[in-house]
Amino acid sequence: MAERGFPQPGRFEGFSALNFALLVALGAVIIASMGKVAPSPQQLAEGVPGMADLVGRMLPPNTEPAFLARIGMRILETFQIALVGAAIGIVLSLPIAWCAARGVSPFGRGSFLVKAFVSFLRTVPDLVWALLFVASIGLGAVAGTMTIVVDTIGFCGRFFAEAMEDAEKEPQEALSAIGAGKGSILVGAILPDIMPSLINSSLFALEKAVRSSVVLGLVGAGGIGQELKVAFDLFQYRNASMIILAIFLIVLVMEVCTDKLRARIQ
Amino acid sequence: MLDHLTDIRPAAADARARPEPLIEARGLCKAYSRRAVVLDGVDLRIEAGERVALIGSNGSGKSTLLKCLIGLHPITGGDLTCFGEPVGPQASRAQRLRMRRQTGFVFQKHCLVRRRSVLSNVIHGLFGEPGSWRAFCHSLAPEDWRGRAMEALEAVNLADKAMLRADTLSGGQQQRVAVARALVRKPRLLIADEPAASLDPVSGRNVMELFATLCREHDITLLYTSHDMAHATDYADRVVALKGGRVHFDRPAGKVSRANLHDVFDG
Repeated sequence: MAERGFPQPGRFEGFSALNFALLVALGAVIIASMGKVAPSPQQLAEGVPGMADLVGRMLPPNTEPAFLARIGMRILETFQIALVGAAIGIVLSLPIAWCAARGVSPFGRGSFLVKAFVSFLRTVPDLVWALLFVASIGLGAVAGTMTIVVDTIGFCGRFFAEAMEDAEKEPQEALSAIGAGKGSILVGAILPDIMPSLINSSLFALEKAVRSSVVLGLVGAGGIGQELKVAFDLFQYRNASMIILAIFLIVLVMEVCTDKLRARIQ
Repeated sequence: MLDHLTDIRPAAADARARPEPLIEARGLCKAYSRRAVVLDGVDLRIEAGERVALIGSNGSGKSTLLKCLIGLHPITGGDLTCFGEPVGPQASRAQRLRMRRQTGFVFQKHCLVRRRSVLSNVIHGLFGEPGSWRAFCHSLAPEDWRGRAMEALEAVNLADKAMLRADTLSGGQQQRVAVARALVRKPRLLIADEPAASLDPVSGRNVMELFATLCREHDITLLYTSHDMAHATDYADRVVALKGGRVHFDRPAGKVSRANLHDVFDG
């Protein structure tokens, strides 16, 4: 075999002592945390019969026509909350994302303040927003819709702003060179370029809105979640299993639909 | 064809009659930081109706100079006037806008909005005009603008491709769309930053021919950069060479020798 001109690099070259120490520290933190919060084998052994008992009480799911009609109406309401909330949220996200996008925003360096506001909307969990809206607006679907609007702005605001920041720079520079303002550059160059990404993010937001809207009822913000809470509170486990199946079905339908739409866009 | 451009002739003729040049830079400096000085005292004077080629090695400051001329990059020193008005930090937004409205800019990469039609891209050239939000898309544009855009497309022989998506065209055709976009605003000055760099030799030559013809026919002043010395000497009246952020030589295209070029690109 011909002699090599260059020595073979070591197996762990580029893996520094600091990286190794950080990896060991991370492992130690995980193991230490497991002692407090991870289920022990004993707890698992005791919990399994309880779970099996609960599943037994949930079967068969309740298929009484009157009950099915009631949850059908609740599912419709859940969809309405998700659709209206996501639609309003997506529309509001566009100007907010424009103001938040670095290098694109009409506020220049002040864009980070808008970005921080969007981060705040995203950081607060949707159930907490739902509690706030239930307390301020009252029980029902409107509080749920408001929650979805805020949640969607937090989600789409960030992704739309990132897409705007990553949009092709050359067409923007070309329009800027001929005297186009920031608004003209947005509608003339940025939005057409990032349209597939906007549609993709909007579909994810809609999917997320459907998933969120099914649990908002747990805190009184309308939708099928309210029925689920009542069923568990009153130990009506056969009703609960039917509602869980319905939730699974609507989330599945939504995901299949948005996947197909995404595939068509790409 | 291109009737709308005929009304720029008197303006160009007036400009020629005026004593002041179309562009005048004195001691122009541009630095991105204390260490990154790109232009270090450029003196340049361009008269109306001239065709000027700007040459120089990579990093010599050609593109930066062009962008400084239209106020895309703020200058950091010296004096710069364009159409008799100052360009730079002291220029008002209205002055910058007025100056850009008289200038067409063609970039090295065609810089079209890929997902829009060819016609919409040409109409984008009218952004900056009053009511320019209607330039967003050809469907919203006033009839007059649509007519001007079609005439500009005819001038570059692409009228039949008006409704195709911009990214379905070849590189040469896209560059011609970019030329049409620059023409649609009836410019007095056309600036092109290596317009043929991303094209094959034949397409590159066609684009340069198109520039030269349109500028000659419509009395448009042309300033372009090129790495191709044939493009620089064949289509320009004057060649200005940049080296080390300064003007190395400025002479008629016919008097640029091979030795001059070696001097610019070597060392």
